[in-house]
Amino acid sequence: MKALGIDIGSRYIKGALVEKGKGVDFKRAETSFNPLEKCNEMLNEMPADRVIATGYGRHLLEVHADIKTITEIKAFARGARAFFSNCHTIIDIGGQDTKVIALNEQGNVWKFEMNDRCAAGTGKFLEIMAKNLGYSLDEFGAKALTAHQDIQLSSMCTVFAESEVVSLTAKGVAREEIAMAIHRAIINRVASMAKRIPLQAEVVFAGGCAHNPCLKTLLAQSLKRNIQVASVPEMTGALGAALFAEEDGI
Amino acid sequence: MADYTEMWRNLGLNLENHAGLLAVLSEGYKNIYLSQKGRPKGMEYFDFVISEVHGLRIKEVSDAKRAGRKVVGTFCVYVPEEIVLAADGVCIGLCAGAEVGSDEAEKFIPRNTCALIKAFMGFKLAGLCPYVELTDLIVGETTCDGKKKAYEIFQNITGRVYVMEIPNMKNEESKKLWHSEVVRFKETVEAITKKTITLENLKKGASLVNGKRRALQRLSGLRAADPTPISGLDALLVNQVSFYDDPVRFTQMTNKLCEELEGRIKQGIGVSSRGARRVLISGSPMAIPNWKLHSIIEGSGAVVVGEESCVGERNFRDLLDENFSTVDEGLKKMADRYLEIDCACFTPNDERLENIKSMTKKLRADGVIHYALQFCTPYMMEAYKVEKALGKIPFMRMETDYSMEDVGQLKTRVEAFLEMVK
Repeated sequence: MKALGIDIGSRYIKGALVEKGKGVDFKRAETSFNPLEKCNEMLNEMPADRVIATGYGRHLLEVHADIKTITEIKAFARGARAFFSNCHTIIDIGGQDTKVIALNEQGNVWKFEMNDRCAAGTGKFLEIMAKNLGYSLDEFGAKALTAHQDIQLSSMCTVFAESEVVSLTAKGVAREEIAMAIHRAIINRVASMAKRIPLQAEVVFAGGCAHNPCLKTLLAQSLKRNIQVASVPEMTGALGAALFAEEDGI
Repeated sequence: MADYTEMWRNLGLNLENHAGLLAVLSEGYKNIYLSQKGRPKGMEYFDFVISEVHGLRIKEVSDAKRAGRKVVGTFCVYVPEEIVLAADGVCIGLCAGAEVGSDEAEKFIPRNTCALIKAFMGFKLAGLCPYVELTDLIVGETTCDGKKKAYEIFQNITGRVYVMEIPNMKNEESKKLWHSEVVRFKETVEAITKKTITLENLKKGASLVNGKRRALQRLSGLRAADPTPISGLDALLVNQVSFYDDPVRFTQMTNKLCEELEGRIKQGIGVSSRGARRVLISGSPMAIPNWKLHSIIEGSGAVVVGEESCVGERNFRDLLDENFSTVDEGLKKMADRYLEIDCACFTPNDERLENIKSMTKKLRADGVIHYALQFCTPYMMEAYKVEKALGKIPFMRMETDYSMEDVGQLKTRVEAFLEMVK
């Protein structure tokens, strides 16, 4: 039996196919302006006996395809435990929201914190700033790590930070220095959210932003913890949903 | 609905804006309320009231005014309605639950003001609230800094604001102050209505308001049943309507609704299946038409079983002791009764913690969602103590306003909370 988890995020749709408790196939597509079509493509490409949807757009599939849904918070809890069996804290920087989730011994969600409407400190912020500095998202973190100075951004608001970046550029500050400041600003925000719930080892950094080496390094420094990152951290939610689908329990 | 255009024009409403507001309200009501399944028949009356919220009721109040009765508008459950009714006045809770006229309001007050204050300013400034136009007296109160200062500006705009000083503590000196405020309010109402408050009419006012409170208490008690016989949305609506409907008719219709609900409970009929997750909401008031949080929670399959709120339990929990034999004694008892209200403007306010715990138990709630309007500092601050007091009972705090832009995130948070509660 195969089970599929689909995580419909604001930027990407992720699919994880599971067989006998193991992830056997992963796919990712841009959410685009027609997420339903993208989901249907994924459902066709990864045929499964059971499906559960999660993520910001989960209700799309509930309405159009009668597919069960769980929140990404629950899905991340399960997925992170599948990657790291001793995970107790999850940090996820998503496209439009950032979450910190605490798990109990059994791996169930115990507490969580999530940003509200503001895009500050989210993946979208990172994306906008990378573009402003002429970096691709893939190289953004690595370039930031080559910085030497300690420049601080005073604002985390996407709009204000953007103009601050413009004025730093105008002052002739090297772009990798500004890149570092942007990463630091995001981590300050995430760390203050993480400190609202008791941090317990292991701390897992999940979601697509976990590929960014600078965010990972700064997070470890800021929380004074070792940070675990899976090989496919962006699949955490999809994998969790698939595992719930496989056991048909939500 | 009949054509009320002439009446609205005479009241000085902005007809174009007002038509827009009614269209949005009616569409929202259809989507949120009329789409609910298994509603009690008794809700038809309240549906009717909403459909005529700016129509028939305004006409009634206008007619009352023409017959010489005075209209008193309020924003707070601290204003003693008994006194208004004793003087044969009409008491109306004013419009403050929708995001309207923000641009207008922001000419006078800062952007980061709570949605409720912004709304009552906005409703008036955009010419959208027929009730405020009908008032002879608008009663403000010193419950929070935002309201206190906004009333000064509101006085400049309307010229008929009267402010009651609500103490911040509940010691003997505060009690004296509040008692004198109740007496001053009685004298003010006598002056504008040109009627004397007598023992007889004060008793009548007391009995009317207590009747309303008893009906609301009865409704609240029935929500303890599992399955619950009425949705949280519908119960919230009844509580919201209690602030501007005719008190005699409201009491009658609410009791009628309760009779039906008692029948439902006997037959095991509910709006959700037995064992559905039950949520208590605690915190800032939800003025009509603020149905945002209830619709998110109930849209996620849970049921709201109570509101620890001014539009809810705080409004009707305590009855006035009607056993008084002079006007002075009545006012004294009234002052005592109102000072029992556990508004977050008081320090300390430990009674509220006890009340939340007891409501959670009585209504068999599985979890508590603490609701604070953004920038409503007193409730935002108390959330911390509430969480501590509730111990192991699942708890989540939520801060939001009337806008719809954060509904996606709120829905995720509510659903994740419900998954934890399960």
